Amino acid sequence: MSVITTQADAVIPEDVLVLGEPTLHRVTEAVSSIVERRETPLWWWVAFSISGALALNFFVMMAYLFWEGIGIFGNNIPVGWGFPIINFVFWVGIGHAGTLISAVLYLLRQYWRTSINRFSEAMTIFAVIIAGMFPGLHVGRIWVAYFMFPVPNQMSLWPNFRSALMWDIFAVGTYFTASLLFWYTGLIPDFASLRDRAKNRLAKIIYAVLALGWRGGNRQWKHYELAYLLLAAISTPLVLSVHSVVSTDFATSIIPGWHSTIFPPYFVAGAIYSGFAMVMTLAILARTVYPPIRDFINPNTMDKMAKIIMLTGMMVGYSYIMEFFVSWYSGNIYERFTFFNRVFGPFGWAAWIMIICNVVVPQVFWFRKMRRNIPVLFIASILINVGMWFERFVIVVTQHRDFLPSSWDYYKPTVFDLGMLAGSFGLFLTMFLLFLRFVPMVAMAEVKGVLPGSQVHRHRRKAADGKGATS
Amino acid sequence: MNGKIHGALAQFNGPAGILQAAERVREAGFTEWDVHSPYAIHGMDEAMGVRRSRLGWIVGAMAFAGFSLAVWLQWWTSTVAYPLVVAGKVYFSYQAFFPITFSLAVLFSVFGSVLGMIGLIKQSYFHPVFFSENFAKVTDDGFFVSILAKDPKFDTRATTEFLASIGGEHVELLEEK
Repeated sequence: MSVITTQADAVIPEDVLVLGEPTLHRVTEAVSSIVERRETPLWWWVAFSISGALALNFFVMMAYLFWEGIGIFGNNIPVGWGFPIINFVFWVGIGHAGTLISAVLYLLRQYWRTSINRFSEAMTIFAVIIAGMFPGLHVGRIWVAYFMFPVPNQMSLWPNFRSALMWDIFAVGTYFTASLLFWYTGLIPDFASLRDRAKNRLAKIIYAVLALGWRGGNRQWKHYELAYLLLAAISTPLVLSVHSVVSTDFATSIIPGWHSTIFPPYFVAGAIYSGFAMVMTLAILARTVYPPIRDFINPNTMDKMAKIIMLTGMMVGYSYIMEFFVSWYSGNIYERFTFFNRVFGPFGWAAWIMIICNVVVPQVFWFRKMRRNIPVLFIASILINVGMWFERFVIVVTQHRDFLPSSWDYYKPTVFDLGMLAGSFGLFLTMFLLFLRFVPMVAMAEVKGVLPGSQVHRHRRKAADGKGATS
Repeated sequence: MNGKIHGALAQFNGPAGILQAAERVREAGFTEWDVHSPYAIHGMDEAMGVRRSRLGWIVGAMAFAGFSLAVWLQWWTSTVAYPLVVAGKVYFSYQAFFPITFSLAVLFSVFGSVLGMIGLIKQSYFHPVFFSENFAKVTDDGFFVSILAKDPKFDTRATTEFLASIGGEHVELLEEK
């Protein structure tokens, strides 16, 4: 059965969450049928082979890295951080949109979030897994990576908790755990749906175990709803804190171009911006290959996501302007030179890619037509992803000309840098494809709770106001 | 048909029907009963007369535990176990310790929320409601009321008749097979 609708864009009222005539059963059917399909579609295998090959390449390069050491990367002095940290910041940033959607938009009662929260939370988890790998990879001596954790050891050494790098370990570790548990909590009622529908005995047992014997009792829902609310409330400060801590890796140093108080809010805005672009990319791909999802991730959802992209994009643009202004206003010659060099120096091309992709591209979303045009949204989201990767590139290679001209150098990534970047995308997509195949990609129980007519009290109140029961 | 009877189950029609049914069951004085629905229905707690979840206290306690552990960990390692002068800062430089303190408080409260919730929902893979074939609809579009046999007011005949009288359909006994 299919619930694909062919409603023209213009006739969809703004407050409709799910297109067509959604009933509780149709929601279950549309979402579960994707996971329950016996034969895996051909495109899935093709995509999985490509991403899996890239992921495999990632692991092979990792093995070589551990064998040979970080000399295989293009890092040098003064560009001591290079690709591993660029990729780390990029991937952590991607995760932030998922948390914003699952936590902040939940507290703000943005019901449209229900159709995108499940897979954007999945995106967060996969992105943070990859992000967490990079700092570990570039420590050099991987076998002493446990130095980063406060564990009693034979040398009676303890980590320096005043270091921003230590803050990072705790912030990212907590972020990953919180995201994973939040995601799992949301999945419990949906796993129960799959359990009750499963025909295959093994699948039934697996989903039953995952669903924790969920029986949808109101004596369960009351604890569940409060747990969900608390998780949202706890995760809300994480949206701001995690990337703020990441930015202190840079801001607490005394490198010109990094030593700046604007970094935490600037990084947070950039993180949400890049994350939303990634959600958009994945949403468009998912609704292209899975037509039943088009009713959930519809032009209304896209419109709202595009607005958030435009807003955060302008915050990022404002940060760029302020950085340049403050470097001039500070009167510090090193600061001034760093920013002049950023746009007119040897890496000027990267800075211009960053400015065009991040500041100019989102301006198309001033137009409603553009916010609802799938090809435009897709191209813009890809460009923004590229731009945001280059933002981190620009920030990190800024070091290539620091205080003394005698220590200046150029930075060239090696084949391992590029291979690991490609590999990280491969691993990300591999995990995402597995998610699409085995886990319901739309939060069914949450969508059901906000469908028109689902909530009796809201329905009565709204009807009394002379409005419909939608939204 | 000769298994032990664990309770009675009835299906109701839609959220409005189940809310009314919940009020009637509460008025009848049952205690060991529950309403099952595919999503959380707002206002059901009042209709059933159940109290607010105590989960907040668990999470609050966990947040405090995480906060305290982080302060203690950082204080003890930086001043007692391994005092080290870093950039001339005092050993107990609490401002720099805040990010980790916050992180651990969050981490503990997340575990408190999820594990506390799993503890409070009386999680069971073998709850009597699963004896019913019809109950599989609860995760799709079915709304049910279950009254368990351990309720002092439970009576096989009277309770099933009561469920039917308040508008229940597919009234059945939860029997071990």
